[in-house]
Amino acid sequence: MTMTGNTTAPAAETVLRPPALPHPWTGTRVVGYALVGLWLALFIGLAIYLYNSWRIDLFETYAPKYWSGLQTTLILVAISSLLGALVSIPIAIAGLSKNRFWHAISTGYVYFFRGTPLLAQTFLIYYGLGSLRPQMQELGLWFFFRDAWNCAILAFTLNTAAYQAEILRGAIKSVSIGQWEGAAALGLPTRVTFWKVILPQALIVALRPYGNELILLLKGSAIVAIITIYDLMGETRRAYARTFDFQTYLWAAVIYFVMVELIRNLWNWIERRLTRHLVR
Amino acid sequence: MEHYAALLSFGEGGWGRSIASGVLVTISLALATLPFGLLIGFFIAVGQQSKEPSLRLAASIYTTVFRGLPELLTLFLVYFGAQIGLQKVVAMLGIDATIEINSFAAGMLALGVVFSSYASEVFLSAFRAIPAGQYEAGYAIGLSNWLTMRKIILPQLVRIALPGLANLWMVLLKDTSLISVIGLADILRQTGVAARVTKEAFLFFGTACLLYLILAIISSFFITRIENWAYQSQDTEKERA
Repeated sequence: MTMTGNTTAPAAETVLRPPALPHPWTGTRVVGYALVGLWLALFIGLAIYLYNSWRIDLFETYAPKYWSGLQTTLILVAISSLLGALVSIPIAIAGLSKNRFWHAISTGYVYFFRGTPLLAQTFLIYYGLGSLRPQMQELGLWFFFRDAWNCAILAFTLNTAAYQAEILRGAIKSVSIGQWEGAAALGLPTRVTFWKVILPQALIVALRPYGNELILLLKGSAIVAIITIYDLMGETRRAYARTFDFQTYLWAAVIYFVMVELIRNLWNWIERRLTRHLVR
Repeated sequence: MEHYAALLSFGEGGWGRSIASGVLVTISLALATLPFGLLIGFFIAVGQQSKEPSLRLAASIYTTVFRGLPELLTLFLVYFGAQIGLQKVVAMLGIDATIEINSFAAGMLALGVVFSSYASEVFLSAFRAIPAGQYEAGYAIGLSNWLTMRKIILPQLVRIALPGLANLWMVLLKDTSLISVIGLADILRQTGVAARVTKEAFLFFGTACLLYLILAIISSFFITRIENWAYQSQDTEKERA
């Protein structure tokens, strides 16, 4: 035990290095370097373009607008994903229910909202319900549907609720039946079993899809610009319409990209943190 | 009720014909994007699992960039960017002309790059699900790289990747609605025009949603048939066993 350290370390000069591995310029390597070079040229070109077309008057006019647009986007995504999470719970429960009626309602809801484009749903709520003004006024709902912002929140909430319900349903179903049986054998009531045994395991399964859904919602939120809401995309469109300067779109691309990457990395970190006990 | 039926009819004063042409545009845009997206996605996946680090890097930059941008923004970047770029090229050549990009082509390109960056992830995970022994067996019986890929890996790859690709097809079908924003006369554009003219927005946008649902149902019918086709070899194996 004490000797091993000495015996395995012979004098340095007697060691022969293994010959260097051959590292030829194969076809794939040339293509790979060329493609990386292309990306590099593209990014450097983008940076130079943005640097050269920098104008302080444009920045002073539009930077605060972009900032308020960014805030609008983030608030929209935050509110609708949280409300969507709430709405998704009863839908997921109905989807898991053995009762045919509830199951059909849940399936129909999910099928409708996942089978049609978010843009069409937003139009249906904003322009469609907006065209039913007399009926809405009778019901006293007009104050709500008059405002594009409320309609956007409603459309996004209903849409993400359908996706989140599927995530939740799939995650709960992925927990093996033995977990339910084990808890039942210990005499735990169903409610405690669900909250303390099933849900914690299901949520870990659901974590990654939830992150993906959040990113999809953030990217999808760009379409509210079409129904006259000045989110980041809306401000970008307005700035482009006034200046005809293409850098407006490039800055928006940079901002969206940074946001998505931040969420993605944050989510990876959260996942690593929450699954520490599962790592072997 | 009759009023609504008349609005949706194909005859005089009905919007049926223009909406039907919108359906055709939506379907042809999605179908035109598909092969292009699948092909690029496949090559990106091959690059991502290559032994060459530079190729892996280039492929992963592609997927990261195009999955990190909103589809609508990608569309605008392609549409306006290509227009401005080509305009500059034309001006450099000394020709005085205004360039207008076809919105169908711009849509195809934008949806294609987005589709391919998601498809590459599906292909990649399918590649990883195929054990190395399958390649080794191919080489052991003397098949070339290309033949191993075509005769041994691809048939299995298709089977594993099919559910993921079917999902992406549905996403693509829905994403085509974004092209209405740059003026392509698809379902949403045509129903939107009808809604503005007749002031019956609920009817027409409801119709648009129903049409997208019907397209989804038709697609799932075909997807089931393709699945049956892909799994037919396995069924015979089961029967023999």
